Amino acid sequence: MNRILRSNEALVAITIVFLCLFIGLRNPVFFTVGNLFDLLRSSIVMGIFAMGVLIVIISGGIDVSFTAIAVFALYATTKLLLAFSPEAPIIVAFVIAALIGLGLGLINAFFIARFKLPTLIVTLGTLSMFHGFLLFAIGNQTIRRDVPPALTSFARSTLLTVPQTRGVANLHPGILITIGVVIFVWLLLSYTMLGRSIYALGGSREAAERAGFNIARIQYFIYGFVGLISGIAGMTFGSLARQANPQDMVGTELSVIAAVVLGGAQLTGGRGTVIGTLLGVILVVIANNSLILIGVPSVWQRVVIGIIILVGTGAPAIQAKRAGNAAFGLAE
Amino acid sequence: MAEELLRLTNIHKSFAGVHALRGVDIVIEPGKIHCLVGENGCGKSTLIKIIAGVYERDQGDIMIRGKSYPQLHPIDAIRAGIQVIYQDFSLFPNLTVAENIALNEELAEGRRLVSWRHVREIAQEALAKIDVKIPLNARVEEVSVANKQLIAISKALLNNARLIIMDEPTSALTEREIRSLLEIIHGLQEQGIAFLFVSHKLNEVLAVSEKMIVMRNGRIVSTGDAEEYDTARLIFEMTGQKIAQRSYRFTPEEGSTPLLRASNLKADETLNDVSFDLYKGEIVGVTGLLGSGRTELALALFGMLPLDAGHIEVEGKAAKIDSVQKAVAAGIGYVPEDRLTEGLFLEQAIGNNIVVRTIDQLRGALGLTSPAQVNGEITEWVDRLRIKTPDPDLPVKTLSGGNQQRVVLAKWLASSPKIMVLNGPTVGVDIGSKNELHDLIKQLAGEGMGLLVISDDIPELLQTCNRILLLRDGRIVDVILPEATTENELAAKLIEE
Repeated sequence: MNRILRSNEALVAITIVFLCLFIGLRNPVFFTVGNLFDLLRSSIVMGIFAMGVLIVIISGGIDVSFTAIAVFALYATTKLLLAFSPEAPIIVAFVIAALIGLGLGLINAFFIARFKLPTLIVTLGTLSMFHGFLLFAIGNQTIRRDVPPALTSFARSTLLTVPQTRGVANLHPGILITIGVVIFVWLLLSYTMLGRSIYALGGSREAAERAGFNIARIQYFIYGFVGLISGIAGMTFGSLARQANPQDMVGTELSVIAAVVLGGAQLTGGRGTVIGTLLGVILVVIANNSLILIGVPSVWQRVVIGIIILVGTGAPAIQAKRAGNAAFGLAE
Repeated sequence: MAEELLRLTNIHKSFAGVHALRGVDIVIEPGKIHCLVGENGCGKSTLIKIIAGVYERDQGDIMIRGKSYPQLHPIDAIRAGIQVIYQDFSLFPNLTVAENIALNEELAEGRRLVSWRHVREIAQEALAKIDVKIPLNARVEEVSVANKQLIAISKALLNNARLIIMDEPTSALTEREIRSLLEIIHGLQEQGIAFLFVSHKLNEVLAVSEKMIVMRNGRIVSTGDAEEYDTARLIFEMTGQKIAQRSYRFTPEEGSTPLLRASNLKADETLNDVSFDLYKGEIVGVTGLLGSGRTELALALFGMLPLDAGHIEVEGKAAKIDSVQKAVAAGIGYVPEDRLTEGLFLEQAIGNNIVVRTIDQLRGALGLTSPAQVNGEITEWVDRLRIKTPDPDLPVKTLSGGNQQRVVLAKWLASSPKIMVLNGPTVGVDIGSKNELHDLIKQLAGEGMGLLVISDDIPELLQTCNRILLLRDGRIVDVILPEATTENELAAKLIEE
């Protein structure tokens, strides 16, 4: 029981509860269904991204190129649809974006698995490369008014409508994509040998090799999969915003990584859970969206998020260090 | 002769022209504990890898249980029941005990999905085989080294092991843990499982083995029943030379002030009322089990462990040592046990490592160092301590263990300390270079330095020290004179409860 309470998930969950109570008591709007739906809508894209980042971090790597992959997939898909099949249903858009993302992710995987290059270096390089190539070769103008109609209708669709005192609150079906990805990643990590091999790789690469895991194949899967779901996340982002702006998303990768780390994944690899990551995302989204409700100016939100990250990741680290020191005295 | 588990005949192996194995013949019998000893670089690890199928032999024959293997792949070796437990155990620190045990089995079964019930069953069954209880849901990083070793063994048994090869099985274990490990091993022996220990820690090896296999320069130089060997003979076989074992005698001058006087040192739970004197030219040994306070004593003298009570005098003057800087200023040097992480900058040049502590004194008028002077200093120490390297500009990690230890010593000696505390000065060092290091320690004492040698290597203590302090639960429980004791007597005292 003690162990559960001291776990990172519990810590983040408690922080969320207190933050909600604090905000909600000062501004009751926070506790309305409308606000809940807004928060969920804001979590859709970050939730998908975070699942990809989680997998990479568990494997002991890091990927900072996923936002570039996402915006590349979104913009290229929109261009393709406009050029060849403007009337295609939304599912086609998602499939194309996912395939583009997969292809870009496999480029990362190639450099990482084949040449054994550090993952940060590779993905920093491809972040620039993918984004630069997008702006240079595919386009740099935001597609706003003339997006394919399927995007517009998807943006307006609702999963659930709840009447409010003023108007109605709508829940966007995009949340189903996030839920699907989350369940898939959870099953993958907990109940497949492939998922366990990702934990094994992050725990000890050498032992994983000796145990007979095919490291290159695992890495191709990891970075390919991250590319794939980044493509989906990019398309989701575009269809929520009803536009394809080649400057969107890039630059937000660190806040996604921060949310994942806040949720207990360790950058040294081998550790991280889906539940923890979801809590991390929720915390960051609440801080992002709801501080405004209690009058915190938007410029201060970034400071608050920074403090949450420092405290949230610092507290467990200090705790671990204390435990380590105690053990040092006993075990020499 | 009907019972042979493994027979190697005339095995040869070369790497890029270097003849690592030159006609090795060995026989492993079922249910026996064999021990393979030899100095670093004698071909031990190459031999193991050939048995495990990791390396392909150039020549020779391998028979496992009467069956000849013209080609032996790792999977063949595993199927034939040969399991190697490497020194780092190849475990995953972030996964649970159960999953670590079951992982190989699941891979072998070709599973794609994980059944956690199946994982637990495999793990329970494996641990039941050696009759130990380790919490299955604990992460491996949370369990002790001894338990990690048991996990590795139970993992090996899952694959119907008939021969378990263990690389340095008892390093990092306390005496008590070694004893319970041996009990388990004896139990497995009765089921006909053979063991091959690979080690260079001699006294433990002698205590447990039934068959000795001694290697030198790629050849087996001696095999036989363990009773026929003692430490002196093993050293002779391993090094090919008789190494004289003389102890170090010392009597302080009448009425001289001790170089170091520690009175009633107390720190937390780890040191309790520790008092001793160290005179100029003395070599005092400090020994005890892991957790007896031996390392804490060193840390306290070097200002890294705050004292709750007691005081330290250096040359008759009270010295308040509460930081490393103050210890250094008082003339105390410390060579840590883990030289790789605490004593050296591995990636840096040998020369830089030697002068790192004295670089301030080598500065000229403008505060700049003169390369000629620095190089002079480096060459002097490389020569004096006979550090074997073609070029002091090479990184320290290119050196062997013994030579690395010399670099650590050179680093301290360059700043001419009065007192040196050496923690495990020859851990992981070959017997040949070990002896040279011992001579060096005696030479330093002869030049008037006072040395404190912290070690659990009993022959080492008897050979180098003129007095040995025995620590238990943070107290000095005995002071032993080497000339008045024997290896066995000291070993027995060490593990007394």
